[in-house]
Amino acid sequence: MSAPVVVTRSAGRAPGAARGVLLVVEHCWVWYRRNWRATVVSSVLQPLLFLLAFGVGFGALVQGGAGAAAATGGVGYLVWLAPALLAVSAVQTAAFESSYPVLSGFKWNRVFHAMTAGPVSPGQVALGLIAWVALKIAGTGAVYVGVIAVFGGVASPGIVVALLVAVLTGAAVAAPVTAFSASVENEGTAFSVLFRFVVIPMTLFSGTFFPVDRLPGWVQPLAWVSPLWHGTEIARAAALDRWQPLAALGHVAYLLALIVLGAALAARLFTRRLQP
Amino acid sequence: MTAVHEPAARSAASSVALVRLLVPAGSYAGRSHALLIRSATASRRAWLAFVSGFFEPVFYLLAMGQGLGSMVGVLPGPDGSPISYAAFIAPGLLAASAMNGAVFDSTFNVFFKLKYGRIYDAMLATPLGPVDIALGEIGWALIRGGLYSLGFLAVMGGFGLLVSPWALLALPAALMVAFAFAAVGMAATSYMRSWQDFDLVTLVVLPMFLFSTTFYPLSVYPRWLQIVVECLPLYHAVELMRGLTTGAVHTGMLGHLAYFAVMIAVGVVVAARRLDALLLR
Repeated sequence: MSAPVVVTRSAGRAPGAARGVLLVVEHCWVWYRRNWRATVVSSVLQPLLFLLAFGVGFGALVQGGAGAAAATGGVGYLVWLAPALLAVSAVQTAAFESSYPVLSGFKWNRVFHAMTAGPVSPGQVALGLIAWVALKIAGTGAVYVGVIAVFGGVASPGIVVALLVAVLTGAAVAAPVTAFSASVENEGTAFSVLFRFVVIPMTLFSGTFFPVDRLPGWVQPLAWVSPLWHGTEIARAAALDRWQPLAALGHVAYLLALIVLGAALAARLFTRRLQP
Repeated sequence: MTAVHEPAARSAASSVALVRLLVPAGSYAGRSHALLIRSATASRRAWLAFVSGFFEPVFYLLAMGQGLGSMVGVLPGPDGSPISYAAFIAPGLLAASAMNGAVFDSTFNVFFKLKYGRIYDAMLATPLGPVDIALGEIGWALIRGGLYSLGFLAVMGGFGLLVSPWALLALPAALMVAFAFAAVGMAATSYMRSWQDFDLVTLVVLPMFLFSTTFYPLSVYPRWLQIVVECLPLYHAVELMRGLTTGAVHTGMLGHLAYFAVMIAVGVVVAARRLDALLLR
């Protein structure tokens, strides 16, 4: 004999739109507070190693060369590279954090089903995840700015603006990738293809390590669709005080458009997958 | 007929005997080829992920060779004569992709099969031993790595970066490098407890990729750092490849080969013993 099931009205109230998103962010934060050590390698050490290898090592190789001076506009290679690396690490963190963890929430630990069984909507889950990635990039990026400063890569206080730009760039990658991951059923091929054919070429061909005009003419238009290229252009302009207001506005508009479109699509796909 | 086949059969038998000397009894049935067939069948459905591995070093070569090259100009090659930056990094990327492919295959993939897929437990229910599994997995990683290396060498040839007939030996050399990393990677995987431990793999592989003279010569480092780099396996792989593709071949390169022979021997023996302990006890 089992106890009779009594159905009562829930005592809780449905959270408002913003509150629902914040609850998802809080969920991520609680997880992160316990497991942050696991992410130190990818979010801090990895960009640090790239800074050492290219900024310091490669920088020493090209220092004083005419080719390098022409490419960087006269500043040291490390100073020129640092704001771009900030944007790269934001993009890589964003791509990773919105791929496997999102599939995991749907498929392995199914935490999204648990969240939406409560009064949080699928759209709020999607927005909360994107907001969390942006927050995380802000945190790790701040640490990274400190590291850059130690190695002498900071030219002006504009690096703080570059950090904000990196967060914006990361969000512009996180939103569409979250949407993509919501449509992925099987981890086998989709994410390898995403990383190898989108993230890695984006990292290499977006003007991080050398100006885009050093590439053959037919490759250059690829940079125009790359959020990382737009982010790098503004981050570098901010860090080196080389503002071109009209161009900067265009880059910011492109990144914002990616965030809005990506987030809307992600919210839609989350709803479709969680409330079929 | 028999006269032709006998020596081959005898050497196969003696290699089986050698493996039996090194590994625990009853763990090797001489059937590791069954694993190769399984892997080939399993990867037919993930062909795009399979093929994509080839593109990664090609993207690096295109971007870095052109873009970074425009800042560097020419560099001193292994024998001191100047070479273009593309010719400098291409062999480095070949070595690095042999390492990355082998390490990825022998760590992430093997760990997943070991802990989650439980594929090896199923295999051990057949007449296969842990050593068959170790050799079969390493063999598959080698076939894959060999195809990638061949493709990359073809791309290098297309760009005119293979200037010496010694470059023909770059493929077997890449296979030896991949074998060494796969064997050690598999041995390391057998000690891993959770996915968190894979950060350690990144921690070993990424610095090697960045600092083992792949992108710039050893001369930019202070002397003490040069000695550290010279101890790393990828450094020896890069030196080997750079010597072969530019034709600057000398007897000292046998030292690099010896380094990888030791890695292979240690890796295979440790991996076999550990798999035996993990799966059969």
